[in-house]
Amino acid sequence: MTSPTKAEGSGSTVALDPELEVTSEVTKGTKKLEGRSPGQLMWQRFKRDRTGMFCAGVVIFYFVVALCAPLLTSISGTNPYTLYGQDPTYADRPVLDDFGLPLGYFGGVSADHWFGVEPQYGRDLFAMLVYGMRTSLFMALGVTTLLMLTGIIIGMVGGYFGGRTDYWLGRVTDFFLSFPQQLFFIAFMPVVTAFFVDPREETPTYFRALAILIVLWLLGWMGMARIVRSTVLSLREREFVEAAKVAGASPGRIVRKEILPNIVSPILIQFTYQLPSTILSIAFLSFAGVGFVEPTPDWGRLFAAGAKYAEQNPAFMFFPGVALVIFILCFNLLGDSVRDAFDPKSGR
Amino acid sequence: MLQFIIRRTVGAIVTLFLIGAATFFLFVAAPSDYASLACGRDCSPARLEDIREALGLNLPIAQQFWDFMSGIVTGRDFPDGHCAAPCLGQSFYSGDMVFDTIMDRFPLTLSLTAGAMIVFLTVGIGAGMISAYRRGSAIDKAATGASMVLSSMQIYFLGPIVLLIFVYSTGWVEDPKYVPFTEDPFGWLAGLWIPMAVMATIFTAQYTRMARASLIEQLAEEHVRTARAKGMPKKYVFFRYAWRGSLIPIVTVLGIDLSALLGGGVVTEITFSLQGIGRLAVQGATTKDLPLTMGVMLFGAFFILLLNILVDIVYAWIDPRVRLS
Repeated sequence: MTSPTKAEGSGSTVALDPELEVTSEVTKGTKKLEGRSPGQLMWQRFKRDRTGMFCAGVVIFYFVVALCAPLLTSISGTNPYTLYGQDPTYADRPVLDDFGLPLGYFGGVSADHWFGVEPQYGRDLFAMLVYGMRTSLFMALGVTTLLMLTGIIIGMVGGYFGGRTDYWLGRVTDFFLSFPQQLFFIAFMPVVTAFFVDPREETPTYFRALAILIVLWLLGWMGMARIVRSTVLSLREREFVEAAKVAGASPGRIVRKEILPNIVSPILIQFTYQLPSTILSIAFLSFAGVGFVEPTPDWGRLFAAGAKYAEQNPAFMFFPGVALVIFILCFNLLGDSVRDAFDPKSGR
Repeated sequence: MLQFIIRRTVGAIVTLFLIGAATFFLFVAAPSDYASLACGRDCSPARLEDIREALGLNLPIAQQFWDFMSGIVTGRDFPDGHCAAPCLGQSFYSGDMVFDTIMDRFPLTLSLTAGAMIVFLTVGIGAGMISAYRRGSAIDKAATGASMVLSSMQIYFLGPIVLLIFVYSTGWVEDPKYVPFTEDPFGWLAGLWIPMAVMATIFTAQYTRMARASLIEQLAEEHVRTARAKGMPKKYVFFRYAWRGSLIPIVTVLGIDLSALLGGGVVTEITFSLQGIGRLAVQGATTKDLPLTMGVMLFGAFFILLLNILVDIVYAWIDPRVRLS
């Protein structure tokens, strides 16, 4: 339970002032005393946190895997779309039995198919998973960036200008918060897609991606807006902001030079919590059958298929599930570490 | 107090109206409607017009909206019968009254949500309490580790695993099903305990972490230290001073989590193939059934707003510094 106002205490704006940076350079030369910016201090604390470093490594690994998905599948020699169980080209190496269940152990794990194959179709799970991760992670990155930016702008405008603007922005935020989120996601995905394509025709994948982006963006920015607003509200009354005002700085300059550097830490902390939750939202949409559809490889869709095959072939669910749990676990631990690094006062 | 409730109720009604309007106009603005979907691929304009007229889609949009919203208060008359006061229209697809359909399906989602909530509020806060009280002990480490891992679990992953263990391979339990609580309380629990447990496990893990962190923060407060310093027994200080204060952030988060909770119920029912309000939302969306979608959205929002007011009242009761004004 860290309030953003507390986290802000760890970074003094004074240190960010270019003039003071210069003086610290000077002292460095004479006394070997290094002046550190709040960012450097945070990085030093973070480096000492072994769990945090490990989890950061794992998270980076996932993103590298997602980025290198085509490379990895060219090594494994499979692709996520080929129906290895039905395609006559692969008839000499059967992967499915007569009931459409994978041959071999643990869902058909073999040298050709590292994580086994999908029952019924015989698609390669390894290729589907890495490509699915690619879809999910990059979608989530895009959505999160977009909704963070929206939240920051709305929160900043409300917090800085205050008064009537703040009141109405606050009401709008409350209004969006009272939407039943998951129900809205389900109900509006087809509607938003219908804006782009006639529902009787096949929807191209990128339109679906765009629709997911819009729906998640519309209902995702409120948390960020609230956090930024409350932080800005407390900063606005601080002496250094008033000093800048007295010195005749324009509102634009105050926002950019005085306020923005001070809300970096709550923004970063919120980002590490928001990204995994966006990934889960995207997965939920596909799981409920309104997000990505066949044959687009997607993490959430693998769970829908996994639940369908759970009775006959539980192994199919294993790899995507374990991968997701490890990823979310590491991201949550990373978030905690980032928060601790910014706010050493919060003892866990 | 009364003033607070009145003001919040008025606010909730305005919000509901706006949510209804947003849903309605977004739905109507989409280029295709139920009529063109029902009419099929080779559709003659005359037939399309007939369907539209039968559903009332030929009326001006503002009037359609007004008919729908006023119907909630006054009830409406349809060619095939009257729809009593909280009328959410008639489903395009099935022709049933939407309110009756929702009343038929909602108890399931409510059972899941409420059942899980009772478990995670008691077990979660309890475990967090023990954890914080015996900070650093083996119990604390076990609880922290388990809650960390379990809170990263997903209902749609844990659910099939539990089904696999208890239903498919061992056959200890029957497939989850819904029996109304009023008919048979034991059958209700027997049919739903697996989905409830799965949903509760994940939320419990989250609330354990939260309760622990919040209590530890409270224990470091000055007034708690002072109470200890002047010789009050540890237990007394823990329960009378720290515990009560630690509930405040939890209730705040609970208020924010309400829509996630209802969402959790929706995910759970879809995972276990139960017929609840989430299925209705999927059905309404895929068949372009405007009244059904409106009904589900408004009902979901109503539920969240109602609980929100309750949470705020509880909040004021826990924290006397908060005045309901």
